[in-house]
Amino acid sequence: MQLTVWTYEGPPHIGAMRVATAMEGLHYVLHAPQGDTYADLLFTMIERRAKRPPVTYTTFQAQDLGRDTAAIFKDAVAAAYARFQPQAMIVGASCTAELIQDDPGGLAKALALPIPVIPLELPAYQKKENWGASETFYRLVRALAGAPGERAPRDGRRPACNILGPTALGFRHRDDLIEVRRLLEGLGIAVNVVAPLGATPADLVRLGEADFNIVLYPEVARSAAQYLEKSFRQPFVDVVPIGVGATTRFVEAVAALAGVDPAPILANAPSRLPWYSRSVDSTYLTGKRVFVFGDATHALALARVAAHELGFKLVGLGTYTREFAREVRAEAALHGIEATITDDYLDVEAAIQAAAPELVLGTQMERHIAKRLGIPCAVISAPIHVQDFPARHSPQMGFEGANVLFDTLVHPLMMGLEEHLLGMFREDPEFHDGAAPSHLGRGPSGIADAVERAPKTPPLASAPVPSPIQIQGSDAVRTAPWAPDAEKELKKIPFFVRGKARANTERFARERQLPLITLETLYDAKAHFGR
Amino acid sequence: MNAHAPLPSTECGVSVRAEHGQRAVFCGLTGIVWLHRKIQDAFFLVVGSRTCAHLIQSAAGVMIFAEPRFATAIIDERDLAGLADMNEELDRVVTRLIERRPDIRLLFLVGSCPSEVIKLDLSRAALRLSRRLAPDVRVLNYSGSGIETTFTQGEDACLASLVPELPEAATTDELLVVGALADVVEDQFARLFSDFGIAARFLPARRAGQMPPVGRGTRFLLAQPFLADTARALEERGARRIAAPFPLGAEGTTEWLRAAAEAFGVDPARFEAVTAPGLRRSRQALAAYAEKLAGKRVFFFPDSQLEVPLARFLSREMGAELIEVGTPYLHRGHLAAELEWLPDGTAVVEGQSLDDGLDRCRLARPDLTVCGLGLANPLEAEGLTTKWSIELLFTPIQGYEQAGDLAELFARPLERRARLEV
Repeated sequence: MQLTVWTYEGPPHIGAMRVATAMEGLHYVLHAPQGDTYADLLFTMIERRAKRPPVTYTTFQAQDLGRDTAAIFKDAVAAAYARFQPQAMIVGASCTAELIQDDPGGLAKALALPIPVIPLELPAYQKKENWGASETFYRLVRALAGAPGERAPRDGRRPACNILGPTALGFRHRDDLIEVRRLLEGLGIAVNVVAPLGATPADLVRLGEADFNIVLYPEVARSAAQYLEKSFRQPFVDVVPIGVGATTRFVEAVAALAGVDPAPILANAPSRLPWYSRSVDSTYLTGKRVFVFGDATHALALARVAAHELGFKLVGLGTYTREFAREVRAEAALHGIEATITDDYLDVEAAIQAAAPELVLGTQMERHIAKRLGIPCAVISAPIHVQDFPARHSPQMGFEGANVLFDTLVHPLMMGLEEHLLGMFREDPEFHDGAAPSHLGRGPSGIADAVERAPKTPPLASAPVPSPIQIQGSDAVRTAPWAPDAEKELKKIPFFVRGKARANTERFARERQLPLITLETLYDAKAHFGR
Repeated sequence: MNAHAPLPSTECGVSVRAEHGQRAVFCGLTGIVWLHRKIQDAFFLVVGSRTCAHLIQSAAGVMIFAEPRFATAIIDERDLAGLADMNEELDRVVTRLIERRPDIRLLFLVGSCPSEVIKLDLSRAALRLSRRLAPDVRVLNYSGSGIETTFTQGEDACLASLVPELPEAATTDELLVVGALADVVEDQFARLFSDFGIAARFLPARRAGQMPPVGRGTRFLLAQPFLADTARALEERGARRIAAPFPLGAEGTTEWLRAAAEAFGVDPARFEAVTAPGLRRSRQALAAYAEKLAGKRVFFFPDSQLEVPLARFLSREMGAELIEVGTPYLHRGHLAAELEWLPDGTAVVEGQSLDDGLDRCRLARPDLTVCGLGLANPLEAEGLTTKWSIELLFTPIQGYEQAGDLAELFARPLERRARLEV
């Protein structure tokens, strides 16, 4: 049993819904009580889809238990087939129906419908949303892609690929797909099938016609791609093209598989990010302490972009996708830090607090945490929120995606000169602790709000903290007290690095067993630790 | 699957038909979204699956910026396989929770579909934990499971669980107003009852330690139409229900107040004097929307059990035409006055068969469709104007001063459609 305040992923049947809703001509019959119908609103309200998800819920009730839940399921399958006439169906159970063990697959099979009916086994007490999406997509591909056949010889024909992974309710999947198609078009590569997003079951039958596969989101599509590699000898590319470096590697990998020349696309300065990052106004970004948390795909990609393309310093990296823990740990090790692998929001909160970052790149949950701690934040990953479906084109992938990321990561930060002035003239009344980056205004923006409240609740200070989270370090008791003038001087340090300065100074004093932290100690510690 | 033949009408002229099939209604866990703000030192711990956690979070969570006073103890395979003792696990989770939130005085263990199916005895767990955490924290339990409750029935189950815990009232006559109301609405009603000379208390109170007493002398007035179990529990404690319509709109509010006033022998002249200013203001506020709503054809999908009183308000006070009034459950006793007020021949449908309901709605092309969050955008995309019903639970709509706001909630989608040129 796990205490959960917020959850990063839904149950696995939500993953199955993301696949089903992305597709056309597929229907999902879910053995589930009425409460589970809330899932519709994820798609109709959060993603603002214009159609209900193609899902029939059996909505059995307590009075049906032990009597005729199986009959209810069979009736629901028959009625859904009659009404929606899908090309194929998937059937399965949600957490409650899993407990009553009605065998949806067997019941549906007994109806002998004239279409493929694919049973899903999604263990709800063990697995989660992304696994559910991956398993569903894999089962669909396995069931529908058919027997391996001979591909038409390449001569005279454009190389063709499938794009695998984009789903409904995916973080920027809609826009990423546009960018990836643009890259492929530039390379002269045809797109055979995109799946699940926009594909029909009939399209999945044609998957084998492509020369290779592109896995956009390994969480969703890697197992399907591995299956296709094994049974259709289709190689796949799973470089996630987020950031200039990764996009370049993606283009090169794809070009190599397709036997085309990547040089023309890479030649003409396809992204503004490199120059913007080199432009001297970006100097102030150097070594900004950043904490990255999200699904594995986005956390890994953003860690690399932050460190190598913006010159930030990675002080935290983590994911809630346990299936990809190994990759994330390896990446964290490259940055000399230990990865935070957890789906417990409270652990993430503690890790962020301990790392004292100047910028958080996370999910909507980390946005809450950052807001409370008064740290700027940009959202880079699901779990999804209505704000993650902007009206404008806003990809993360490809060269345009890199442009978007530059803006996304830099926008929440205070600009260089402003930061300097704030550091120099601490007693200017408008430059108080909580002064927000001036370009963010004083409107209802989350960041500005949080920062403005910050003086009242100094989040990183070890002074009384109103939030219920325990500040780390029981050895705080052994720390020397601060002399009043040192304490006052500390307040002149911008609040987002003050916690670090305080901690360093106290550590410095502790190590030297100093009885009192004076002005001298503060500056000795500063010299000792550097920035 | 569906009973298409109308059942024999009730004593009033309304046709009530039961429908069975796929439902599209939240489960009772959803009530936590407003209850956890209403009782300021209560915490709601759902004992359920990841789905339960995801449901509450999706229905409300990401919109709430403060740390919520709800959480889920997610059952995992170790619990189900018997590798972990669920009661020990629950105790461990509760201990961690109480350490983190020492401000909590009342903890609800909320049952879910999975906990009901595996027959996890939360009432025993609540007793055990109550003994351990006394006197700082009281632990109660109720079920918000979707196999037993829909949406607002969660509030009913929660309040019903409070009733046996209420202190015994002295014999003097007291009025108990039952059902979670916005604080501002509660304060307005408290002033009105006080002006009548009636001592009124509210259930739930805003703090766990201030729950009202109940006893043989208590007479209670339901502020919400979905409180069947709570009413039964109060009656078991000897309290008597005052039959009344619900305080929606000028007329509903007046008759709701009048029922209480008559039960307590308030002088009619005093009643008129006390209610006159509110009544005047509510009529004035409603007049602003009368033109926008008059003659509008309205279709209600089943959702909150507020449908019948809302339909009555739209029909009688705003002149709207009712095509169909769907409701997940119909408590004929508590809604008797409301049903009587519906126009003859109004089609009331109890229960749901989603796709059939959608067919009827599309065929009728109503001017305004009141429905749940899952249906609103798809219907809008088909050119229908919708009002999502959950907002009617999250907005102060009861009483005189909110009558205009209630009308505005229905008028806004129409107004918006008229404004937009894109």
